[in-house]
Amino acid sequence: MINIFEVNETNKMIEQENLDVRTITLGISLLSCMDGDVDVVCQNIYNKITTYAKDLVSTGNDIEKKYGIPIVNKRISVTPIGFVGASCCKTTDDFVKIAKVLDRCAKETGVNFIGGYSAIVSKGMTPAEELLIRSIPEAMKVTNNVCSSVNVGSSKTGINMDAVKLMGEIIKQTAQYTKDNDSIGCAKLVVLCNAPDDNPFMAGAFHGVSEADCIINVGVSGPGVVKNAIATAKGKDFGELCEIIKKTAFKITRVGQLVAYEASKALDIPFGIIDLSLAPTPAVGDSIADCLEGMGLESVGAPGTTAALAILNDHVKKGGVMASSRVGGLSGAFIPVSEDQGMIDAVNRGALTLEKLEAMTCVCSVGLDMIAIPGNTSNTILSGIIADEMAIGMINQKTTAVRIIPVIGKDVGEIVEFGGLLGYAPIMPVNKFECAEFINRGGSIPAPIHSFKN
Amino acid sequence: MEKGIITVVGADQVGIIAGVCTFLAKHEVNILDISQTIIEGYFNMMMVVDINNIKDDFGSVSKEMEEYGDELGVIIKLQHENIFHQMHRV
Repeated sequence: MINIFEVNETNKMIEQENLDVRTITLGISLLSCMDGDVDVVCQNIYNKITTYAKDLVSTGNDIEKKYGIPIVNKRISVTPIGFVGASCCKTTDDFVKIAKVLDRCAKETGVNFIGGYSAIVSKGMTPAEELLIRSIPEAMKVTNNVCSSVNVGSSKTGINMDAVKLMGEIIKQTAQYTKDNDSIGCAKLVVLCNAPDDNPFMAGAFHGVSEADCIINVGVSGPGVVKNAIATAKGKDFGELCEIIKKTAFKITRVGQLVAYEASKALDIPFGIIDLSLAPTPAVGDSIADCLEGMGLESVGAPGTTAALAILNDHVKKGGVMASSRVGGLSGAFIPVSEDQGMIDAVNRGALTLEKLEAMTCVCSVGLDMIAIPGNTSNTILSGIIADEMAIGMINQKTTAVRIIPVIGKDVGEIVEFGGLLGYAPIMPVNKFECAEFINRGGSIPAPIHSFKN
Repeated sequence: MEKGIITVVGADQVGIIAGVCTFLAKHEVNILDISQTIIEGYFNMMMVVDINNIKDDFGSVSKEMEEYGDELGVIIKLQHENIFHQMHRV
């Protein structure tokens, strides 16, 4: 029998500690929409998405009321458009046309983001995929709700350095195209290594070709709850600390599992995975940095930060896998800068640098995320930052990503405002020593030795 | 039987239980169990209710309850029991 203390605990988590279900993401395959004519493809895409997703937002709202738990985002992910557009897109404008249709679908279904304006080019680029990548700056400029991602490497294939070089240019161009809006286009663009097929979190969400026609993925979150749990372990040893994180992650994930089950039943769409990530928001108290500092660090970025993050990441996974039958996506702790008040404070007080963040990405669930840097950073240095991060992913067989924003017209010490969930960020300094000769070599970095697992 | 959990939290006053019970009767919600304590100086009540015969849909009754709570000056929530089972039971 449920008792009053358990009920109060749950409701305290929701009301005071920002426990929420961060997103219900409907994954839709667009492979059936292919045609030789781009206008037909656009029509097919529009029809399929608006049919499948018509009840998504209302269903999410109903579940929210039924359990009294906020479901913050309702989103859609689609098959990487690099595949879908291959049959019909002859120019970058053709791809932009598809981006506009996706944007229209997002508006009409009421979701806040639609992900999958993507290309998977870890080993090589098809002409269509290259066109898609080259169309990203324009697509990010003319749409509001479309997210784009490019997977440029994997542990099995190595890193496509031609794509890494190109992405340096594309990120810079996207920043320039959206410079009147603090280069916000780059906040919707992520470069990945080992991208999972079933990630419900933007901007890297897409519906992989290994997935079914339509699927429900749920991303849970709740750094505030974990932070408060960690606070109860003050002065206790690591064994007890880990146990507390694990138990809390279990409870959080169970809520996600319940929501996923309900959504799947209501929409009659199979349940895919729970992504048991801790994703922060700019709200006070909803911060990964606070979790780490709660373990005993004066500030995030201090020595010990990477170890603290490793503890957090691993025990979130350990608690979560027990709670859900199917776990996937990027499960673990996200460490974005602009979306996390504690991280922003750490940057401002000079405790957290780009290099420390890079080290932390070895043990977090994604990578360099929502980091604002000076707008005059060169294309090749951007590519160098991407190459480093991709190498961490490739060698360590984990997903890594770079979502970095060179803010045109701004320099170190200034602040950039993105608004809403994207938050704000101080511009961080970047190592100015060039790597152009390295990046300009072209070709690809071969797969590492441990890729031969067959 | 599907059950709902109602929680009422707020400063103590005359008529809270009476008001909530009348509200529930109006919506054909049967009360199965009530437990009430004073936690940290606050009136704190939990009810387990049978929601099988509920009039209207669950979401709108839950919203109406919340509004009724505002009138009384307390926080009232009606949630489906599953969220608590899921979180607190392995």
